[in-house]
Amino acid sequence: MAEELIYSDAYLRGILGRVRTIAMVGASPNWNRPSYFVMKYLLEKGYGVVPVNPRAAGQEILGIPCIATLAEVPGAIDMVDVFRAGEAAGAIVDEAIALRETKGIAVVWMQIGVRNDAAAARAQAAGIEVVMDHCPKIEYGRLNSELSWGGFNSRIISSRRRKVHIR
Amino acid sequence: MSKTDKNQFGFETRMIHAGTPPEPITGARQTPIFQNTSYVFHDADHAASLFNLQTFGFIYSRLTNPTVAALEERIASLENGRGATCCASGHAAQILAFFPFMEPGDAFIASNRLYGGSITQFGKTFKKFGWQVHFVDVDEPENVRQALTPNCKAIFVESLANPGGVVSDLEALADIAHDAGVPLIVDNTMATPYLCQPFEWGADLVVHSMTKFLSGNGTSVGGCVVDSGTFDWSQNDKFAGLTEPEPAYHGLRFYETFGDMAFTTHAHAVGLRDLGATLAPMNAFQTLLGIETLSLRMDRHCANALEVAHFLEGHELVDWVSHAGLDSSPYRALAKKYLPGGAGAVFTFGVKGGYEMGVKVVESCELFSHLANIGDTRSLILHPASTTHRQLSDEQRVAAGAGPEVVRVSIGLETVGDLLADLDQALQLAAKPGKHAAE
Ligand SMILES: Cc1ncc(COP(=O)(O)O)c(C=O)c1O
Repeated sequence: MAEELIYSDAYLRGILGRVRTIAMVGASPNWNRPSYFVMKYLLEKGYGVVPVNPRAAGQEILGIPCIATLAEVPGAIDMVDVFRAGEAAGAIVDEAIALRETKGIAVVWMQIGVRNDAAAARAQAAGIEVVMDHCPKIEYGRLNSELSWGGFNSRIISSRRRKVHIR
Repeated sequence: MSKTDKNQFGFETRMIHAGTPPEPITGARQTPIFQNTSYVFHDADHAASLFNLQTFGFIYSRLTNPTVAALEERIASLENGRGATCCASGHAAQILAFFPFMEPGDAFIASNRLYGGSITQFGKTFKKFGWQVHFVDVDEPENVRQALTPNCKAIFVESLANPGGVVSDLEALADIAHDAGVPLIVDNTMATPYLCQPFEWGADLVVHSMTKFLSGNGTSVGGCVVDSGTFDWSQNDKFAGLTEPEPAYHGLRFYETFGDMAFTTHAHAVGLRDLGATLAPMNAFQTLLGIETLSLRMDRHCANALEVAHFLEGHELVDWVSHAGLDSSPYRALAKKYLPGGAGAVFTFGVKGGYEMGVKVVESCELFSHLANIGDTRSLILHPASTTHRQLSDEQRVAAGAGPEVVRVSIGLETVGDLLADLDQALQLAAKPGKHAAE
């Protein structure tokens, strides 16, 4: 078995704090698909999310036009969120590497169950930060005490008073 | 920190801190009791997200409540699990544990030495749901393999069984369960996560009656189901409730959508929502307080209990003592492996003189309380055959370690010399012909 992936809270917090716009590859227009859940949550948290999926191109997902390919996404992309199986992930990562300069891609995040160690190594060599086999919704919720509301083990212990932001 | 930093803090630290950071709005350091039923939505879209399970948050306290959630996270942390679901009692937890994947016509295997109330719940009440239980002597784990049927969905045992000082071979049982593609469910009530860590040995779900050592002071009835998050519910077609579209959520597939959080999400969003056996916030608070001192209490409970067990073993009016910490116990080796910090504080002994003597001893105690509970700071005593195990047949009673001569004690935190003196005087008084305290 491949070794367990370890990402420190500081690393994940850093990524989720710096990123503003996310291209979600494999986004689905069906409301009960996992990718739809994640996209809706990330939008609520103030991220810009662009759905990327050739089969849904032209449709709107959560009011945002779905784009066929990463290259066609208008404007900058801070993070590519990969909602495709491990084999397909390799090609998406290579596309992200190729677009790194023009789009400003700084992070490739592969969803739970998606892992491609070779592609991750290529991305890291190109200066891109990588997270695999995790979900940005779950990690955002975990790092902000929201996961705990559902009875989950956040593994976070702190006696500091958390800042509550007023928008 | 995530994943492998899991044990960065020690057990005692997590006992006090897990799940309970300072309340961010006021800075209150002790966990507030959210004595509250319902939670205001930001707007209609937020409400829709919550009802669709698309975002985290509170809707209504039958499903989730902040004080209860704090307790859930704390127990999940102590068991090293992914998530926990607290509920109204230990028995409610047992229903919640099976509910996500059991259908009418399904079966499971359980130890024949469970707490008597569990034997009744499984054998009688579960039958009305169409859930069938096969009770097996799990001392020989191969018996479990023999008893497997195609419709078997789980194996259920107690780590340390109530009442009898019986320890289950969790590792062997987990292997058999996993070979069969079903989860091992462990009732860890008697051991608590301080003495036994079932997930380390391959268990997949843990249930607790928090009524006992976790709350610890005999204040609150409560229960909990903890999910390890490591069982693959999609490895076969047995767990459709978690893998197939859920009609109550417009065809959502829980395992696909929530991954290792599926079981706990389902237990709240479907289990508690529709079974309704919710834990009261006040009871959650009492249990959080209890857990803050769990390790200290369990150390003293175990030390006192072992001393009482030794004393009784040498007593002329006592036939035998069943405590897994004694060299005479056939479970001594298993206890060393699974309960390295102590073999618990609840055990049984057999009095010379059978049923009548058992009843008299219980009635002759001054300090021990005669009542039907375990895991209190006070020492407790009971004659199972005439009380907790009354509903069982003679055969079931003997199998469960609750024959006519059996007395059960739950040893508390009093001065141990006083406990020895009380038991001694009760035994002497009970043995006097025609005369005892109740007459
Ligand atoms: C080992 C064990 N499991 C389950 C239960 C049931 O718990 P509750 O009484 O909280 O429903 C008990 C209670 O006596 C118990 O001792």
